[in-house]
Amino acid sequence: MKNRIIYTLFILISIAVLCNSFVIENPYFKITKKDVKLKIPKGFPKPIYNFKKNKLKPDIFILGRKLFYDNILSKDNTISCSSCHQRIAAFAHIDHKLSHGIYAKIGTRNVPALQNLIWKDAYMWDGGINSLELQPINPITSPIEMDENLVNVILKLKANKEYVRLFKKAYKDTLINSERLLKALAQFTGLMITSNSKYDKYMRKQDTFSLAEKNGLKLFRAKCEHCHKEPLFTDNSYRNNGLKMDTALKDFGRGRLTEINKDYQIFKVPGLRNIEMTYPYMHDGRFRKLKDVINHYSNSINYDEKADSSLFRIGNLNEQEKKDIHSFLLTLTDKEFLYDRRFADPNMLQ
Amino acid sequence: MSEDNYNLKKIINIFLYMAILWVVMSFSGHNPKQKPKGDQLTISFNHFVGNTVLKLDSAFYKNELGQPFTLSNFKYYISNINFKNSNGKDFTLNGSFLINEDEENTKQIIINSFPEGNYTSVDFIVGVDSLHNCSGAQSGALDPINAMFWAWNTGYIFLKLEGWSSASKSPGNFFEYHIGGYKQPSNCIRKVTLDLGKNNLKLEIGKQKNLNIKVNILEILKNPTVIDFEKLSSVTDHKNATVIADNYKDMFELIPNEK
Repeated sequence: MKNRIIYTLFILISIAVLCNSFVIENPYFKITKKDVKLKIPKGFPKPIYNFKKNKLKPDIFILGRKLFYDNILSKDNTISCSSCHQRIAAFAHIDHKLSHGIYAKIGTRNVPALQNLIWKDAYMWDGGINSLELQPINPITSPIEMDENLVNVILKLKANKEYVRLFKKAYKDTLINSERLLKALAQFTGLMITSNSKYDKYMRKQDTFSLAEKNGLKLFRAKCEHCHKEPLFTDNSYRNNGLKMDTALKDFGRGRLTEINKDYQIFKVPGLRNIEMTYPYMHDGRFRKLKDVINHYSNSINYDEKADSSLFRIGNLNEQEKKDIHSFLLTLTDKEFLYDRRFADPNMLQ
Repeated sequence: MSEDNYNLKKIINIFLYMAILWVVMSFSGHNPKQKPKGDQLTISFNHFVGNTVLKLDSAFYKNELGQPFTLSNFKYYISNINFKNSNGKDFTLNGSFLINEDEENTKQIIINSFPEGNYTSVDFIVGVDSLHNCSGAQSGALDPINAMFWAWNTGYIFLKLEGWSSASKSPGNFFEYHIGGYKQPSNCIRKVTLDLGKNNLKLEIGKQKNLNIKVNILEILKNPTVIDFEKLSSVTDHKNATVIADNYKDMFELIPNEK
């Protein structure tokens, strides 16, 4: 008899819980299990970050998305990750050499695009951060970006009804801590995978290249591939690309953190996917146009003792060669990624 | 299969599931609590400056050079504690503990059910091993919220020692030593081994349940390298960091238990 009462209660509670979860949802922002399934594109290597200790789940991804687009992570609630990582620019900061963070403070490095992050062994231009999960702590606590500390962030989230609900939905209990916050963000950013550009389709024989694009690819493979290795267009190494140090920024690059002589003035080789959208270019954003970048490698390398030896293989490019490389680089734009609804700002319609 | 049939099956399934749950729950409720196999062992970290008990923000001390100083913050990580058993069956506590002078409960590590045995030594590392410096977001002692973490150059700060000295040239005469690094050349992980046998501190059941460790901060400031507050008010390079790491390596000693 007693048991029957308990069963009945159980069923009633279950029904109540089920009803509660049928909140009307805009299908554009809906995240299903399929949406968070990790699919390794054909021809891509094994990812370095594999979600093994951070199992992909729709509700955790949704929490990460909410956090990514929320100013709550900054001290005065004015800056979010998306302030500088814009979806349309493959999550770089479009048309900003350097970015403005909290209190309108200007940073010292160009915002890198967020894409194919799970194939990176380190993050930031100097590779100072060794895990995708830990990366957000840097912008959150940087005095010129969000100027917040983790203690406050957690307090703010705990006091926010919407986050209390989202954390509970994601993790099935009421605990809110930095590990969960960071892992949720890692699910959101880690799934930003771009692999459907014209180049990819050409490689999969689903699309064709023009003569210029074909030539460009050939030239690229002869002159650029050494560092910008396909299919990710980076070999994850650190190099000096023949840029004279900006005397105002005085950025020593990787040397600042390793204190090793050979690491001074070298920076991570960035991937080139969606390069059409990620302007301006280089670690300090000094070049506004892709043409300027190609001209630099062709004509204005500063060959000092820091310059990477592979720069010598480029040589002077003629105008046709420059145009062809330019055409090829434009084939790296992946509209499916740029317009992927999963990464859209969920607050857009509110 | 008709839809009614399907629904019926579903309901039966739910009932079955709940029945199983009920059985499991009642079983676990009736089980008598299992007694732990060993005794409880408490490891206490007792912070001293020389022979005086550490008091933050109030007491004045002197270093080897006679420079007066006070201390405002002292915390550090202890990881991978291992008790060496003479029969080869070591007892290992994986993970890290953050010992913080400011939080009384962190200065004791309590091990429930410590297995009986004849332990000859205990060893641990000061700091966090490289595996846990490369393990992404973590919680508990390794939650970056504890402010023992570098965001821009990933890694845990192994030890923080902060205070004031009139000899320090920094603003407000402050000095702060934040020491860490798990990679060469700035590897500041130091292994410490304390001999249990020599002091008759055999950890046998019913005999010895406390392990009192004296942590002498003066060691950080003098042995083997004497630290001059005037020359070093903060540590930002690997050379000075490893010098202090070599110093803190020897700050631990066992306090013999009174018989």
